[in-house]
Parts: sequence; C-alpha cells; structure tokens
Amino acid sequence: MPADRADQSKLRKALDALAGRFGDAVLAGAADKGELAVRLTKDVIVPALSFFKEELGFNAFEDLVVFDNLNSPDEGGARFTVVYRLFKFPGAVRARLTVEVGDGESLPSAVPVYRAADWAEREAFDMFGIPFEGHPDLRRIYLPDDFEGHPLRKDFPLAGRTGGL
Amino acid sequence: MAFREIDLNMGPQHPSTHGVLRLKLAVDNEVVLRVEPVLGYLHRGMEKLWESLTYTQIVPLTDRLDYLASLSNNLAYCLAVEKLAGIEVPRRARYIRVVLAELQRLASHLAWTGFMANDIGAMSVLLYGFEAREDILDIFEEYCGARLTVHGIRIGGAVHDLDGPLVSRIRAVLERIPKRLADIRSLLDENRIWKERTVGIGRITAGEAIDYGLTGPPLRACGVAWDMRKDIPYSSYDDFDFDVPLGTNGDVYDRYLVRLEEICQSIRIVGQALDGLPEGEFKAKVPRVLKIAPGEAFHTIEAPKGVLGFTVRSNGTDKPERVKMKSPSFINLQSLEHLCQGNLFSDVIGILGSLDIVLGEIDK
Amino acid sequence: MTPFVADVLIPLGKIAAVILYPMVMVVVMIWLERRVVALMQGRLGPNRVGFQGVLQPVADAVKLFFKEDIIPRQADKLLFNISPVLVMFSSLLAFCFVPLGEPVRIGTTTLTLWIADSPVGLLIVLGLSSISVFGVIFGGWASNSKYPLMGALRSVIQVLSYEIPTGLAVLTVVFLARSMDLVEIVRRQEASGVWYGFLMPVSFVVFWISAVAETNRAPFDLPEAESELVAGYHTEYSGMKFAYFYMAEYAHMVLVSSLVVILFFGGWLPPFQGVKALAFLHAVPGFIWYLVKIMFFLYLYVWIRATLPRYRFDSLIRLVWKWLIPLALANFLVVALVRFLR
Repeated sequence: MPADRADQSKLRKALDALAGRFGDAVLAGAADKGELAVRLTKDVIVPALSFFKEELGFNAFEDLVVFDNLNSPDEGGARFTVVYRLFKFPGAVRARLTVEVGDGESLPSAVPVYRAADWAEREAFDMFGIPFEGHPDLRRIYLPDDFEGHPLRKDFPLAGRTGGL
Repeated sequence: MAFREIDLNMGPQHPSTHGVLRLKLAVDNEVVLRVEPVLGYLHRGMEKLWESLTYTQIVPLTDRLDYLASLSNNLAYCLAVEKLAGIEVPRRARYIRVVLAELQRLASHLAWTGFMANDIGAMSVLLYGFEAREDILDIFEEYCGARLTVHGIRIGGAVHDLDGPLVSRIRAVLERIPKRLADIRSLLDENRIWKERTVGIGRITAGEAIDYGLTGPPLRACGVAWDMRKDIPYSSYDDFDFDVPLGTNGDVYDRYLVRLEEICQSIRIVGQALDGLPEGEFKAKVPRVLKIAPGEAFHTIEAPKGVLGFTVRSNGTDKPERVKMKSPSFINLQSLEHLCQGNLFSDVIGILGSLDIVLGEIDK
Repeated sequence: MTPFVADVLIPLGKIAAVILYPMVMVVVMIWLERRVVALMQGRLGPNRVGFQGVLQPVADAVKLFFKEDIIPRQADKLLFNISPVLVMFSSLLAFCFVPLGEPVRIGTTTLTLWIADSPVGLLIVLGLSSISVFGVIFGGWASNSKYPLMGALRSVIQVLSYEIPTGLAVLTVVFLARSMDLVEIVRRQEASGVWYGFLMPVSFVVFWISAVAETNRAPFDLPEAESELVAGYHTEYSGMKFAYFYMAEYAHMVLVSSLVVILFFGGWLPPFQGVKALAFLHAVPGFIWYLVKIMFFLYLYVWIRATLPRYRFDSLIRLVWKWLIPLALANFLVVALVRFLR
C-alpha cells in the first residue's frame, strides 16, 4: 500500500479531473504525501463531495473540522474555515476539502453523500453555529437546547460568562 | 395483546450505558422501533479548554478522553503535535511508545470483554477480564506511578525509559494473559446462550459500515482490513510483524472474536518491540516552551476503539489555535440506530456494548 | 405432657420454627451465594461481619430497616404496599406444608416435623408458590414506571409458561407415589428403595430447569435483568419492602430446593438405603441429610449463576414451548404407560 500512496501522478490526475469538472470553483489544489488538499467555494461542496465519493473512490468520511479565523485571519478572509477529511480505503489516501464560510452563512449538508457526516455537522452547528442546510435533524448535540451562544467561537469567553447555564 | 408504543429512557443513570449516555428508545413491548442517543452529559468543553493551554499542558487532559485507553490518546495527540512542529522522535522512544500503546490496547480490550459479558449476564467474565487488566495497570503503575490516567507519553518521546526489571515484568505478564484468555473463551466461545445473544445480532455489511464511518474492531468484524497501523504506519509499526484479525458477519459475535484475536496480536507486537528495543534516547530534545509556527497537522492512530485522530492548528504562540479530536466512539455510536433496528430490547444492550464506546471520548 | 404444652406450646413453637427456619436458610443462602460467587470469580466477597462474614446479610437487613421507605407519587399505594407482603407471605406459608423429617418421639408424644399434613400438600405448595407471581405483577404494575412494568410483564409470561412443564413433571411423581401428600411421597421412595430422581431423570431435569426459571434466577433472571431493566419489577422499591422482595426470592429458592429433594431425592432419607455396609449412614439424623441435599441444590443455583450468561426473552420462551413442554409431555406419557402396564 505505501507504493500506492506515493503515487503522485494518480493524485495529480484526480486533481485535474476535479478542476475539469468544477472549473473556477476549485480555488487551489495540491497533492502531497498521499493526501489531496483542495480549496473550494462553498456552493460546490456537496457536488464535490459526491465527485470524491463516486468517481475518486473516497468511501469514508473521516472528520469535519471547523476553524474560527477571528484572531488569525485565513487566506480566504471569511470567519470560518470548514475542513472535510475523506479517506479512501483500500489505498489509504486522504483528501482534505476546505471551504470558507462567513458568520451567519450556511453550508449545504453533506449527509446525503456521507451518512457519517450527520453528527459531525451537528457538532459543528452546536460549537460554531454554522447551519447546515438540508441536514435531516440539525439540533445541538452536546449542549442543552436552550443554551445561548456557540462555545468554540473565539469571542466566546472561556470562563466568567453570565447567563447560559 | 395489543401494546401501545412506549418511549423508554435508558440512562443517563442506567447500569449498561457505560457512563452517562442516554438513549431515547421507542419500544413496542420488547421490540425496538427507534433509538436516539442523547449526548452531552459528560461534556467538559475540552476543545475550548485546550485553546487556553500550552501544547504540553494538553497532554494530561487527553488522558481524560478515553479513560480506558489514556495512552492511546496521549500518543495520537503527541504525534499530531510532533508532525506539526517537525520533531523527530528517537527510535527507542518510538518502540517504547509501541509497547505502551499495545499494553493499553490489551487493557482496553480486556476491560471490554468483561463489560460486554456482564451486559449479556455472564458476570464472572467481568471479573476475569478485570483481573487480567489489573496486571497491565500494575505495569503502568511501576512505569510511571499512575494506573488509569497514565500520561506516560510526552511530546518528543515517553516519560521514562523502559529498564530491565520492568521489561522482564512485562514479559511475565504477557505470558499469563493467554491462559486467562483461554478461561474466558472456554466460558463464552461455544456457550449456546452466548451465541444466541451475539451471533447475527447487530449485523452490518462492510459497505454500510464504511458509510456510517465505523472504524476499529466493529469495522474489521465486517471483513474490512482497515487498520491504521498497517495502512499509514506510525511510530515504527512497520517494523513489527502482526496480523489484522478480520470477521466475516459483522455481528456482535465477530466483534468479540476480533477483539480477542487483537489481544493475541498485541501480545505479539509487544514481544517483538521488547526484543528489538534499540539503544538510544527515550525522548527527543523538546524546548520547555514549545512555540510552533502557524500551520496545521492531522494525525491518526489505531486506538483500541477505532481510528483516533487529532487536528492541531498552531498560530505561532505556545498555545494551539485549535485542537480538534476525531473520536472513534463518537462516530461508531452514530450507527447504533441502524444496528438496533428491529432487534429486541435486550439486544440494544449487547449491541451498544459491542461498539465499545467510552463517554469521555464522545462528549469530550 | 400437659394439654397446655401439647395444644399451645408445641404449635406455637412450630409456627416460630416455620418462620425462623426459612429465614435462617435465607440468611445462610445470601451469604453462601455472595461468598461462593466471589470465590469463583477470584475475589473475596463479604468477610468482615461475623465469622467469615456470615452476618453480612443481617447487617444488610438492619441497614434496609432504617432506610427511607419511598413510595412513588404516581404509584397505586394499596397494591404497591401489598405486593412485597404477598410475595413474602406466600413463600413462608408454603413452608407449613413442607415436612422436615420423620416424626420425632419424645417420651409418649410424637412430634411431627411439619405443621400441616395435607393429602394434597403438593398442590397447595405449588399453588402458594404461584401466588407469589401476583406480588411481582402487582409490584411492577403499581410502581407506575416503565422498567418495573416491563419486568412484571416478562415475569408473568415466564412464570405462566414454566408452570406447565413443572406441573407435568410433578404429575409423574404423583403417578408413581399415588399420593399428593409430601410425607407419603417420601415414604413411598423409602419403600421402593429407589429415589424418583434416578427412576425418572427426565422429570427431574424438566422440573429443575422450570424451577430455576420460576424463581427468576440466572440464566432466566429476565424479570430483574440488571443490565437491561435496572432491577426489573422492584426498581422503585426501597428499604424494607425491597428487602422483602429480595428475601422472598431466596426463600422461594429454598422452597423449590426442598421440593426437588422431597419429590426426587428422598427427602430426609439417607443415601444408599439398600447397601448393608453403609448402614451407619442411618445414624445421622434425617434432618441433616435433608439439609445437605437442599444445600447441594442451592449451591447449584449459585454455580449456574456464576457460569452462564442471561437468556434473551424470545429464546427463553422458545426453550419452554419448543423443548421443555414437549419433553415433559412425552415423559408424562411414558411414565403413565409404564405405570399402566405394571
């Protein structure tokens, strides 16, 4: 399998196919050490995810990570960076799809493509307040339903907040 | 007898929810119609807390995630930070880490075997599993003084060296485990009641399992040979010769067999690591105050419960911008409703047990 | 002997004994179970209160006495309060009909080691032990809570199903002994020289399995399956009422073991009756033999519990309807046929 992972040309080809399919929506792409890293505009994220799943064979959804860029602006300049991590098995190739979301903007839900994204999106909604459109059951997952605020945002204090719980 | 559908609240104070999980069940007499896990009873805001701590201060907190396998959490986090900071871990330290992580896997699986059997009602096996686990916890105690929240792996290496007496003690313990395992297996493997309660229960196909994001033993019980130790080897795992045990049916019984076989494989790995323990440092030189230039790293390991990953993003200071944990229990639990569909109420407990969840890791 | 002693003191003493004897057995049994299971599991078990922890169950009972008695607000108070009494009472009452040994001769009077000697003693004992299931149903229903309700429902189905093979197995004994009098059944076994358990092993096995199921013990402890239903039908009970349920379960086990011994293993008879060389066994009082046999079956209960996982509800019912009842029926027919031909 390591031989397969080091196969840069395959990854390059996949990147080209992606660029051919989504054109300008692909903002940046790189292939390195068995990992594809792509930056996309947020409106093509669901078609891009299903492209990765159906055509490139990334069958597993690994993780969904949200970064709050309030204190350290990212290159896109938007408030949040959302990272989708996909995994291809067999082959052990990773893909990292990045989109930028502004405060108050919503993202289309990835659940129709990857069922495993269900709770990950609920967690992102709970912690950062990013709404995922089309999610079957978008509720807070950890905090009580009447909790105010989204704790992992950088402007949410670590302690000493009045109200809330 | 016509029965109305009853909503049954299982937990957060229930003997079999492995902590403070709450399941909202809709049952028709004994048949389960819907299962909805309700999380958050153990939510401690770890990820928020980590943003205010230095890289090294975070390590002991990772012990509290999956508290049955604290060393695996240490390892995953440290590997992610090392990847981000470009720290080269000495070979001896990598071997020590493998020994510790595999002993932790043994402890976690043995505890699981006990819990699982107890859920099904074989209460003696609980004690047999814990007796065997006790030996391993004693090793940890001798190694660094702690038993449960061990904090034995540090950024750059391990906390202590493995000295001769400890090595021989580990060997002695490893020799005892197969005997104890045989006791457990003789009570369960061919037991008709045990098989009736586990064979064909909570089945999932390989395709569905991957779709639901299952990892670890529940996935391998479906016959998918996804093991991060083989696929993306870390910490010198490619130096060791071991098999990835696979099941075929993806049911509770196969998950049990896979875990027991993994125990044997872990014993093999630890033996090889002790035999080939290289000379050298057990810890890399890491500055006391670790400042990492802005960047992001993601590292996964094969923890006892499944694929455990940490995303660490740095911002140039001594504290991370964000640490995100990909916890295997959290994702594995998602499939519970699918696994329980149409089964009996008693099976929910068996299926939940077979997923091997730890609430500390789910709620973070 | 004055009439006062014969008519008042002896009956009073017997009544006290019939209450004390099961209670002592229950205490011993609880201690035995906890110690034996502990030893089988490589732990120590209770060993602090009294010699080797024998008094641990007493200490527990005292603790439960002083605990707050909680009645859930939604509960049906009458039934909620009645059911522990019902369970306890039915088990204890049944002991009135259980003979403990041959009548003892003291001077001119004969002291029988039973309170009531009824020609249908066996029926009464079985009937009384079935009444205890009402306590379980009432308790589970009156708690007005879901886990107890499910426990009670399981209990109803389980006990009703297992009554059938029990009855069929008992009938074979009645056929052979031609009596429903428990004392008479033992005497017949003495006369025939073979205990019915060896004569009809199938009846014994069926009876024993059903008995374990009827007492809600592992591996058939579904009505109170801890890992599923928390504590089953007595989840909402606390204090002494809980203790009643707990003790009644053990009293029921003692009762069932006594029945097994009387019906299938010769009651108070010493073993190897026919063997001349072992005649010295007769020197041991019958009551001791009786206790030894009961303890063996109580130990069997504990042993099974420490070994086996719990059945699931559907396989439990399948076991009784698909295996035990046909087996018991076939056995019944064979015994009846043999009895008819001889």
